[in-house]
Amino acid sequence: MSQSLEHSLTSWSGQALKHKASWIDDIDARVRVVCSALFALVVVSSQFFTPTLLGLLCAFMLVKASKLNIKRTLRRVVAMDLFMLTLICVLPFTTPGDAIFTVMGLTASWQGLLHALLITVKANAVLLVLFSLVATMSASTLGHALAHLKVPDKLVHLLLFMVRYLDVISQEYKKMRRAMQARAFVLRTNRHTWKSIGYLFGMLLIRSVERAERISDAMKCRGFCGRYYLNDEMKIRSMDWVFAIVFLSFLILLIGLNINGLF
Amino acid sequence: MAYSNQPLIKIEDLHYAYPRRGNVLNAVNFALYEGERVVINGDNGAGKTTLLHLIVGLKKAKRGQVFGFGQACHSEKEFNQLRAKAGLLFQDPDDQLFCPTVLEDVMFGPLNLGFNKQQAIDKSIKILKKLGMEGFESRITHQLSGGEKRMVTLATVLVMEPQVLILDEPTNALDEKAKARLLNVLLALPQAMIIISHDKLFSAQLATRNMNLENGFLTEQTNTGQQHKEVV
Repeated sequence: MSQSLEHSLTSWSGQALKHKASWIDDIDARVRVVCSALFALVVVSSQFFTPTLLGLLCAFMLVKASKLNIKRTLRRVVAMDLFMLTLICVLPFTTPGDAIFTVMGLTASWQGLLHALLITVKANAVLLVLFSLVATMSASTLGHALAHLKVPDKLVHLLLFMVRYLDVISQEYKKMRRAMQARAFVLRTNRHTWKSIGYLFGMLLIRSVERAERISDAMKCRGFCGRYYLNDEMKIRSMDWVFAIVFLSFLILLIGLNINGLF
Repeated sequence: MAYSNQPLIKIEDLHYAYPRRGNVLNAVNFALYEGERVVINGDNGAGKTTLLHLIVGLKKAKRGQVFGFGQACHSEKEFNQLRAKAGLLFQDPDDQLFCPTVLEDVMFGPLNLGFNKQQAIDKSIKILKKLGMEGFESRITHQLSGGEKRMVTLATVLVMEPQVLILDEPTNALDEKAKARLLNVLLALPQAMIIISHDKLFSAQLATRNMNLENGFLTEQTNTGQQHKEVV
């Protein structure tokens, strides 16, 4: 349990998903955020296999173009697909339709299976596009891009502060965890373990709150009175327009494929 | 050293108590004049940090008054003006550095003071240069070493051009090299300072005056200060 937790706490310490430099990195962060949001919207609301599969194909192409580290990307995709697997197992039995087979009086239907597969394809397409377009920028760039897109200040600050302090809190967690190990603490399934882990998280919570108070004090000391300034200017260049137009036309094609009898 | 008659910071009859710890500060009187570097000594938990936080108004005194640059401070707004002129350096640099990059963090103060972006950038770069932290502008704050973090926090305070520096254990967790560097920087600064430090050698080299905080009373401590100077 601690292993997985340590992983999830540190794997996103404010840095972008590891990858080699590619032309996708040069595209304006706002364009990337908007494009992936629209892509998600279109793909998720698609009803047929053709547009979703096309979306998945496009996602694969973007992953290739952004030169993502395939191993790390696969690990993340598999994590989601395990969840999707339960969906594929459950949905055929709960959707009425033509029977494939029957287990213990429960009938699996073709319609349910197709529906589950459709959802899986959609989820993978959206996830891969997010990986290639959004996760390739550092978290603070994402915060700034959101701020420029007029996302409420409070949410942006929440994100930026989280990025900054996730690492500090995870350090604190590891420090305490090591202190426990130094006194021969081993995770077991007993009352002592539950209690100790409970203390650990309680203490982590208290320390985080206290740190938040100190940070707020430190900000006040430097004249903070509610406004937070972002230091960057984002300019949209012609390349961003080209990318946006190509991407949007592709999305319009997907929408068109969803309309019955258009083709 | 020329002492002007007007104290920069003056505290009169300050009282403070924590809910379950009893009185931490009892009728504390204190004045800081230009050119002074006052070191406050005291045991752990004697209330030194509390005193510093009371001076800049992060905690509200139960009784007594704080005068900052001749003006009595009561409201948040008055303390806000005081804080711009009296820079507080926190014990833990991680509390102070909250922006992703060094430059953004140093710029935060000037922007709050109403400078525009370009002015803030220029001022920040100038101060970083002065502290020998050139080229650190786009570094990620939480990836700096302890000594670098300390220098950047000092820059974030100095960039606001304070008249008084308040240092809460500045040498905490610094190695000898970083300590020596910090000491040289501080000795070269013209600002009056209030310093808390458990590092005797460090504080002895900085202090022009020593004070002792014990059982909630702040008293002048003349002879020990001289002893330290003889040692050095």
